Amino acid sequence: MALAVVIVLLVIATVIFHFASPWWFTPLASNWGTVDNTVNITFWVTGTVFILVNFFLAYVVIKYRYRKDNQALYEPENKKLEGWLTGITAVGVAAMLAPGLFVWAKFVDVPDDAAEVEAVGQQWSWSFRYPGKDGVFGRVDPSLFSVDNLFGMSPDDPHGQDDILVEGNEVHLPVNKPVKFLLRSKDVLHNFAVAPFRAKMDLVPGMITYLWLTPTQTGSFDILCEELCGMAHFAMRGIVTVEEENEFQTWLAGQPTFAQVAASPKADAVTGQATFAVCAACHGVNGEGNQALNAPKTAGGEGWYLKRQLHSFKHGLRGVNEKDIYGMQMAPFAATLADDAAINNLVAYIEGLPNNPVQQTVTGDIERGRNLYANCGACHGMDGKGLWSQNAPRLAGVNDWYLIRQLQNFKQGVRGGQAGDGHGKQMVLMSVMLPSEQDMNDVVAYINTL
Amino acid sequence: MAYVAIADQEHELHDPHSFVTKYIWSQDHKVIAIQYSVTAIVMGLFGMGLSMLMRLQLAYPDTFSFITPNAYYQHVTMHGMIMVIYLLTALFLGGFGNYLIPLMCGARDMVFPFMNMLSYWMYLLSVFLLMTSYFVPGGPTGAGWTLYPPQSILPGTPGFDWGIIMMLASLAVFIIAFTMGGLNYITTVLQARCRGMTLMRMPLSVWGIFVATIVGLLAFPALFVSAVMVGLDRLVGTSFFMPAILSAGQNLDYQGGSPLLFQHLFWFFGHPEVYIVALPVFGIVSDLLSCHARKNIFGYRMMVWAIVAIAALSFVVWAHHMFVSGMNPYFGFFFATTTLIIAIPTAIKVYNWVLTLWRGNIRYTVPMLFAIGFIFTFTNGGLTGLFLGNVTVDLPLSDTYFVVAHFHMVMGVSPVLVLFGAVYHWFPKITGKMFNENLARWHFWLTLLGTYAVYLPMHYIGILGVPRRYYATLGASFIPDSVQTVNVNITIAALTVAAAQSLFFINVIWSLMKGKPAGSNPWNATTLEWQTPDTPPKHGNWGPKLPEVYRWAYDYSVPGHSQDFIPQNEPPSSHSATASEHGRH
Repeated sequence: MALAVVIVLLVIATVIFHFASPWWFTPLASNWGTVDNTVNITFWVTGTVFILVNFFLAYVVIKYRYRKDNQALYEPENKKLEGWLTGITAVGVAAMLAPGLFVWAKFVDVPDDAAEVEAVGQQWSWSFRYPGKDGVFGRVDPSLFSVDNLFGMSPDDPHGQDDILVEGNEVHLPVNKPVKFLLRSKDVLHNFAVAPFRAKMDLVPGMITYLWLTPTQTGSFDILCEELCGMAHFAMRGIVTVEEENEFQTWLAGQPTFAQVAASPKADAVTGQATFAVCAACHGVNGEGNQALNAPKTAGGEGWYLKRQLHSFKHGLRGVNEKDIYGMQMAPFAATLADDAAINNLVAYIEGLPNNPVQQTVTGDIERGRNLYANCGACHGMDGKGLWSQNAPRLAGVNDWYLIRQLQNFKQGVRGGQAGDGHGKQMVLMSVMLPSEQDMNDVVAYINTL
Repeated sequence: MAYVAIADQEHELHDPHSFVTKYIWSQDHKVIAIQYSVTAIVMGLFGMGLSMLMRLQLAYPDTFSFITPNAYYQHVTMHGMIMVIYLLTALFLGGFGNYLIPLMCGARDMVFPFMNMLSYWMYLLSVFLLMTSYFVPGGPTGAGWTLYPPQSILPGTPGFDWGIIMMLASLAVFIIAFTMGGLNYITTVLQARCRGMTLMRMPLSVWGIFVATIVGLLAFPALFVSAVMVGLDRLVGTSFFMPAILSAGQNLDYQGGSPLLFQHLFWFFGHPEVYIVALPVFGIVSDLLSCHARKNIFGYRMMVWAIVAIAALSFVVWAHHMFVSGMNPYFGFFFATTTLIIAIPTAIKVYNWVLTLWRGNIRYTVPMLFAIGFIFTFTNGGLTGLFLGNVTVDLPLSDTYFVVAHFHMVMGVSPVLVLFGAVYHWFPKITGKMFNENLARWHFWLTLLGTYAVYLPMHYIGILGVPRRYYATLGASFIPDSVQTVNVNITIAALTVAAAQSLFFINVIWSLMKGKPAGSNPWNATTLEWQTPDTPPKHGNWGPKLPEVYRWAYDYSVPGHSQDFIPQNEPPSSHSATASEHGRH
């Protein structure tokens, strides 16, 4: 008796939950409304079966409960009934399958006028490539990959010279134009998924996969990796921004081509030295840092990282949050650097400074720190020396008080919270693994030993 | 007939004499069944503990510093593999298969008792190898239970150096253990049935286990070779599954391999694996329903053919796990079609279970509660399978919590309900004692309602688009704070379900010590295991004379008969012709 009541209540609760649940598809932002339709058809068919079967079950459970003088019916089979049930089930299955196959036929058939964009996945970030004016992607080869050639572009392929290269996890698309995403992975399996687009596909190293869609809504949407790709899988996030054609063209024109990236001018450390005189006031004449002035050591920093940070300060990705007092001090100085050439010259000078050990100020449980650091090391290197390929700077040899402050900044979203700071956002997500101040002290104490 | 010669041997070749030969190096199928079951349940408890750690992290991110991303993915991986292989496969085939096949077929033991014993010890070795991965540098693999290369053998994934090797070695040994057991189950069913036990008189439990074993013997080799090939890629530097790729900016020495090849091999095993677990469950629940409803199973022949059809179809649906894997998308048409076709025999089974209850005289015993609970959860989980099997519908749902909810309903909760129902059903035969009814009922209600509270909401956060296998979901603009609230609720429900399982263990221990004597056939069941001369059955099962079978396994409430059941081994003379004739169709 109780069982029948519970079954009925569970079915009713399920139906109520279904209609009252605040969690449903995100608002559709692509042409794949037909995908939603097939889901809805499936809900109606399966929902009907769910209700009928379970209500009948509840009825049977009450009606045929044990009574001493009752006797069960002896009926080994009933071919007619079994035949009917099989037939009705087959019809229901066909009703779900047929629309699904029709929509899939559209999904595999890319329209001829679809613009091509390449999404490149790696552990644990995204970059993107547009084919440029000639409409043809240049050749890439994993063996050409280097700190100066993050896409592994072949310099000999004329098609590649005008390819537009977009670093930093954000891609833009024009609204209402069909687009074919070509998906390429540098390392392991990934998945390109944008919930409001209803489309997703794995990235498979060694081959190019694809999906297509027409964005129908302007706005910014999250790109998630949905194929487990290692420790920081959950932190592999990107943004796709859909905008009007003219805005899109303006944005695209601001992105560098491969030819421009390859032809960046040679840096001049002597010019950089003159600029550094300003920096030295806080960061020290040899870039050794000054805790009293909250200025971290810059000597020994990787060129690519120093450039990126100066860029971030200059363009409002760092030092804009009002809680980031020291970052806000830094931002105006970065703003005085006129252009990329000035940044490059300065960085060239800093790279030549002597990399002396720092004074240690943080104590913690080194063994605990070692276990925690096993996660950090996947990007920053198990030796703490940083991995340019993972966009992760060195940690060893950096002021420990600076590391603690940055971890706190990431945790509070003071750093990494700005739109456009894709790498910072990754650290915001990773900082979840260090709930307490003690955890930060332990991991930094371990970094001190590297 | 040929099988009589084996089954009727008078001298016993492996009669146990000492404690060691009786309980440790035992060749008795019943002892081996208990060894398998206890080991599998211990592994299941461990796997459940891991899932609690995962739930804690999901409900309270930013709280537990001992659950780092590495640790989380290790928990995900070990939980999945342990539950699928080391709990469910081992328990339903090694445990129930071992216990039930000889007793239900009227045999004295398995056909190869020594190999049967080796099977258990190899299984134990595989468990040992698996657990060793907690003690190697880097800990166990965190590659996900699917172990997809390249990620599973490259830096960035926990346990990529040693843990994965231990996992692959453990799987290889498990498959050897399964093969030794499986050959035994099949040979015993085919060769050692007692006189009169035709194939179409066998209880559906035996049918389910028998066909699942065949599926296993055909599917596990695909996992075995893929384990060996991943191991070679990792240790020797072959490139079966490894194309020319980078790892942390370095060019690796691999070239020309295909990650998709691994996925095809894995799922060629992985999908039949679902039915390796499900078919014994289908069989066992059929027997529980029929016995406790005091009614013959409805459509026995259809049930047998549905088992066989599902088994055959299970080998041509594997790539529905790969709709968005990047394989040629045109495969989607074929695999969506085959997958939805398999829904038809599966639906027939559900109908026939309900129709078995229909016009029955249902006793709400504990095994019956679990069996009916199974019908509810399996209907739910089976229907959501129609979403994921249909390629277009899968597109937005793949890799989200909808998938997690689906396979836990259909492959977690449902088999576990039958597992407990079956333990409560056969406990009186295995131990000779009755269990505590009240504790068992509490166990049922908390498990059924608790698991539904866990998995129902998961479907909906999956539809929203929350991805699975995420250590933390913050920072995605489309995921509202309410998802965090529901995660807390799910975790509370999960912790309750986990705590409720202690009722089962308390019950087992209490009943072993203080349970009332059960008698030989407390449920008035027809099948042979309830007709043994001793309870629990002694070595050799049947005393001096093997049983002889005269009817099918479902002669319940036969008209014109004073009792509402007729044991399979009761001769026909004393009953009406219709009843006994039925077994000969």
